[in-house]
Amino acid sequence: MSDHDYRPKSKVGQWFNDRLPLLTLANHLTDYPTPKNLNYWWTFGGILTFCLITQIVTGLTLAMHYIAHADMAFESVEHIMRDVNYGWLIRYIHANGASMFFLAVYIHIFRSLFYGSYKSPREIIWILGIIIYLLMMAAAFMGYVLPWGQMSFWGATVITNLFSAIPLVGEGIVTWLWGGYSVDNPTLTRFFTLHYLIPFLILGLVVLHIWALHVPGNNNPVGIDIKKPSKDTVPFHPYIVIKDGFALLMFMIVFAFFVFYAPNILGHADNYIEANPMVTPAHIVPEWYLLPFYAILRSVPDKLLGVVAMLSAILILAVLPWLDTSKIRSAVFRPLYKQFYWILVADVLILGYVGAMPAEGLYLLIARVATAYYFLHFLVILPVLGFKEKTLPVPLSITEPVLGGSPNLAAARNKESKIE
Amino acid sequence: MSEKKTKRRDFLFTATTAVGAVGAAAVVWPMIDQMNPDASVKALASTEVDVSSLTPGNTLTVLWRGKPVFIRRRTQKEIDEARSVKMEELIHPEKDEDRAKNPEWLVMLGVCTHLGCVPLNDKGDYNGWFCPCHGSHYDTSGRIRKGPAPWNMEVPKYEFVNANTIKIG
Repeated sequence: MSDHDYRPKSKVGQWFNDRLPLLTLANHLTDYPTPKNLNYWWTFGGILTFCLITQIVTGLTLAMHYIAHADMAFESVEHIMRDVNYGWLIRYIHANGASMFFLAVYIHIFRSLFYGSYKSPREIIWILGIIIYLLMMAAAFMGYVLPWGQMSFWGATVITNLFSAIPLVGEGIVTWLWGGYSVDNPTLTRFFTLHYLIPFLILGLVVLHIWALHVPGNNNPVGIDIKKPSKDTVPFHPYIVIKDGFALLMFMIVFAFFVFYAPNILGHADNYIEANPMVTPAHIVPEWYLLPFYAILRSVPDKLLGVVAMLSAILILAVLPWLDTSKIRSAVFRPLYKQFYWILVADVLILGYVGAMPAEGLYLLIARVATAYYFLHFLVILPVLGFKEKTLPVPLSITEPVLGGSPNLAAARNKESKIE
Repeated sequence: MSEKKTKRRDFLFTATTAVGAVGAAAVVWPMIDQMNPDASVKALASTEVDVSSLTPGNTLTVLWRGKPVFIRRRTQKEIDEARSVKMEELIHPEKDEDRAKNPEWLVMLGVCTHLGCVPLNDKGDYNGWFCPCHGSHYDTSGRIRKGPAPWNMEVPKYEFVNANTIKIG
């Protein structure tokens, strides 16, 4: 099982592997010992890899037909939709693929939050994940600009203007980002270039993310350290491969539903109107996956502080491993944290909802309360909870609660029953 | 002896690093500056507008440097409203006299100073402009009165070339 002992069987394999140990890597990935109690929430890593590759492949093909010019971009997208063979399919996969990517990444992130996967010794995996998430947002935002519709144009205007909140140099930075005095052709061409680049940066970071994961190994629903390989682990192939594959199929059903039956439901109708710098749409709304942060931005009545709050809401996640003071990873053994976890989930969903609504009256009030709670959760509740909470006893191994003898048999078995 | 040698090394390291840093900066700067507005963008710096058809109480919107510019021919009521406001009430205190040299004509960038949307004419709590994006209210002088925008709408450099023509930029 150990990587270092591996020797290919064939002579040619040995010859090759001595010069470039790719087969050792393949063997490591195949045999990689995985906790045997991983549930379906752990399949989203594989699903996300699929999403990234789908976006890269469909993006490459779209780039063969798209024209990054302010006068032609909108028409070239319509050209893809009407004239290019299967252009509609490729574009709908790419556009909805972005939403599916974010759906999967949010589940992946909230799985980490529930099972404490961000805690020692997995902080670097977590931080790499946050960087990937930030790059995803940048890529998605710039991709949304490319069709050069009304939402593209005004979304780009609003988001780039966020930088003008920086004292002194803000205006200069915005002009630099635009390459002019407003969002225009120079902005479009550079966004296209960066939109093309970022997925490959993400790909590189994903390799590091998985590399960092393979050092301590996967966390698991019980959240305890396990010996690997041992009775508590199974080899990645075939066990996890099959499980991931099945989950991926289920995910693709949802994906296909959007692509074939509701391809525009996640988009905004205004983006089928060509960009017009003279008219702002009545409601500028970002794509659904950015709404919670948009709500935070709008809930603060000061321009600079609004931007600071929005960025902090994302960056606070990077220091989460040090904000959560509890030594216990899994929420299964943290009765109080489990409740606060679900309140946070509700809080983020509420922020997403009010982010889509006009920023006035009751909506604004709700957005402010929800924003305050978001920061309260990370800055006050999590640090205090680690000291105050009375956690449940944690089993010594994954096998122990199944075989009996653990005082919290019921709690652990709940999470185990799917596997055993 | 050995101490002296170490010092020579230190000097070489520092000097090499410093020259290297200057060289790197010299290479990086063109890569950064190429993103700033180019000559062709800067060339479109001014535009002339015929305003003879504009009657009091109406606004003309023209495009200058890719941004809308509002040219408002104000009514006497609007001028009085704008000029009677006390400076203490303003978020970004500016006299209407300074914003509109000729009181009848208000020329300003039709760009909300919050996040760059185009405010709507004759709307909002102060009879001026209202930005639909995040709810900023501007008065009849284009000054911010309520909402998240930090500054008044910007007055660009402009002049009357003759009685009917304004040159912006």
